[in-house]
Amino acid sequence: MKREMTGAQMVVQALADQGVKHVFGYPGGAVLPIYDEIVQQEKVEHILVRHEQGAGHAAEGYARSTGKPGVALVTSGPGATNMVTPLTDALMDSIPMVCFTGQVPTHLIGSDAFQECDTVGITRPATKHNWLVRDVNDLSRVIHEAFHVATSGRPGPVLVDIPKDVQFATGTYTPPEQVSLNTYRPRTKGDPKAIRAAVDIIAKAKKPVFYTGGGVINSGSHAAALLREFTKLTGFPITSTLMGLGAFPASDPQWLGMLGMHGTYEANNAMHDCDVMVAIGARFDDRITGRINAFSPNSKKIQIDIDPSSINKNVRVDLGIIGDVAEVLEDLLIVWKHEKPKMDKAALKEWWEQIDRWRGRKSLAYRRNADIIMPQYAIERLYAATRKHDTYITTEVGQHQMWAAQFFHFDKPNHWMTSGGLGTMGYGLPAAVGVQVAHRDALVIDIAGDASVLMTMQEISTAVQHDLPIKIFILNNQYMGMVRQWQQLLHGNRLSHSYMDSLPDFVKLAEAYGAVGLRAEKPGELDDAIEEMIAVKKPVIFDCRVAALANCFPMIPSGKAHNEMLLGDEVSDETIGSAIGAAGKALV
Amino acid sequence: MAKEAKGRKAAVPVKSGAAAAKAEGMPRARGPVLPPASAYFIEERHDRAERHTLSVLVDNEPGVLARVIGLFSGRGYNIDSLTVSETEHSRHLSRITIVTTGTPVVIEQIKAQFTRMVPVHGISDLTADGPSIERELALVKIASIGEKRVEALRLADAFHAEVLDATIDHFIFELTGTTEKIEQFVAIMTPLGLQEVCRTGIAALSRR
Ligand SMILES: Cc1ncc(C[n+]2csc(CCOP(=O)(O)OP(=O)(O)O)c2C)c(N)n1
Repeated sequence: MKREMTGAQMVVQALADQGVKHVFGYPGGAVLPIYDEIVQQEKVEHILVRHEQGAGHAAEGYARSTGKPGVALVTSGPGATNMVTPLTDALMDSIPMVCFTGQVPTHLIGSDAFQECDTVGITRPATKHNWLVRDVNDLSRVIHEAFHVATSGRPGPVLVDIPKDVQFATGTYTPPEQVSLNTYRPRTKGDPKAIRAAVDIIAKAKKPVFYTGGGVINSGSHAAALLREFTKLTGFPITSTLMGLGAFPASDPQWLGMLGMHGTYEANNAMHDCDVMVAIGARFDDRITGRINAFSPNSKKIQIDIDPSSINKNVRVDLGIIGDVAEVLEDLLIVWKHEKPKMDKAALKEWWEQIDRWRGRKSLAYRRNADIIMPQYAIERLYAATRKHDTYITTEVGQHQMWAAQFFHFDKPNHWMTSGGLGTMGYGLPAAVGVQVAHRDALVIDIAGDASVLMTMQEISTAVQHDLPIKIFILNNQYMGMVRQWQQLLHGNRLSHSYMDSLPDFVKLAEAYGAVGLRAEKPGELDDAIEEMIAVKKPVIFDCRVAALANCFPMIPSGKAHNEMLLGDEVSDETIGSAIGAAGKALV
Repeated sequence: MAKEAKGRKAAVPVKSGAAAAKAEGMPRARGPVLPPASAYFIEERHDRAERHTLSVLVDNEPGVLARVIGLFSGRGYNIDSLTVSETEHSRHLSRITIVTTGTPVVIEQIKAQFTRMVPVHGISDLTADGPSIERELALVKIASIGEKRVEALRLADAFHAEVLDATIDHFIFELTGTTEKIEQFVAIMTPLGLQEVCRTGIAALSRR
């Protein structure tokens, strides 16, 4: 292989050597040399988006649905600043992503040149690591390092900023085999002593619960398989965060549903009352814990996480095991099978009876309506209609996202891709584009809200251009529903600017883009319209008119503990107004 | 809200949506105006804060200091003192010595956060990991005349400070020592015409 090449050629060569098949990008002055190389080769396919934020979220969707790093390529200045949201989104959700940005030529850096910005400065807190490459001979090494950093340890986004003169300059290409980092070596194997200790604690549990998160998904399908095996072996109840849905099959009787602010009654009560909690790839986020000092007060807590900073950050745990979920579970299973510990069967039986009583509360129940499509009903019908397909779901952010998490059920990892940590409205549509690029024949649906979807609506044009038959299923309540719900709950129902006035006609909008528009306004129309949406082999915008003022329950209100949830059927306007106690009102 | 609702118009006839709103009884602000609240829970922590000296070995690459400072400012940690310089030229390694104050949980977090940073080779907590030596250098300018000038010189001598520069009306002293010694020296010099102080921050090494 010829080792002498230009910086721009190195970028494409490095991508090919890293096994990258798709790049999401948008051109501009500072990346033209790279674009000139891209158009002259066929190993790496470029997907042209309509806004750089779209490229970033598409790369995220690609990564979340494949476990492989997503790659984005954008220009300097505004191209780079438009990338800040997806980078931060990927950082919060630990998504491997490699972003390339063009930069003004090295001799112009610092001169406020046209489309110059301090990209590495701006994106430093938005990435796991970033590099400005000033010498073409460093470029290929840095790119290979970037892929290593993005995908190892706790995955995350990285950025490589490449000045235009470096893209033009000629240097020596270093292949990936010759690159090794001597600093960043995250530990993946759990401490055997800690694993033994964990087995002892787990074996003695009377009221255990597995609390799992996105770390299981990130660790790969093997981790999910091991989690299933361990859960079956122990017979313990299992719940998951928003990020971890699909790691354990929702159809399994041991599944309690999602936990947290909008989690099920049984999951949150099990978390509160348990005596042993095993956190697996979950980081005790504030949407999960509710009031920290009332969080699961009587449990021994074990936490398995690859990131040492996740352990004891928000909640003090009794036993932390630093390591990759799959490797730790593998070792744990070996010890467990070897020791065959005697479990307290009687206590566990009682625990399950208690859980069944909580389940009997049917916390996800909602009032049906013959004339109006209830949003929960829409998701139930969507789930029913798509079960026979290989279905991938992305979402925007808001009530629809929570209803999707509650009413759509996942039996496999990497099929549910939502913006959990950052909560980015506008994420779902471009993410669906990325998922569809990775899974051409799958059914890819963005469950959207009317407000969110307008933030990145232009990416439907990307889908049309690249023949990506994504389905945008809008739960159109004509409100920023989640904002309205909070205003009702927390601000005396003063609905300040949460009404979506002057919404477009989504059906006509779809047609204007060259996509297909569908609408359902009555429960009776829903099933046929969904079938039609699935049958159409083109991008679809589905305007599903739902009840305007439905609220998302159950909910743990602010300043409350897991066992003080608000349940949908208990809530009247009055109780909503007084749901937040005096202590909660003092919160900032 | 009422105003917005009246003025509402959608590009398409709002059938089920508007019907839904009516059917469910559009909730309105009524009764006493409730004060706003939030769903974030802010907990007051009362753990005792400790002072720790951390020594971090990093690749001497552009932006590495910005990363460290960004970690502290971004996560709300304190920096009491920060000293950096390249210590192994051939390997391009720098040593960053940081003095920080925080609860034990925060100190643990800071250390864990450092281990996640790509250019970090290693971190040691000199305060927690056994005996260590800490030194700081200060330059202190004193401008005074007569009895005060004589007294300043006498005290400097007692502190083993060195006179680096002297004119008719000022001295510049160099003093090396622990932070406490420098604080004490500066306090004593204040009434004797102290004009300016420059301190290097702490350099520290483990004795083990
Ligand atoms: C980029 C961004 N801006 C603002 C918010 C705050 N926010 C959270 S949910 C929400 C309303 C979402 O409304 P919609 O998309 O219609 O979904 P719904 O809640 O009605 O289902 C807003 C504004 C956010 N999460 N992201």
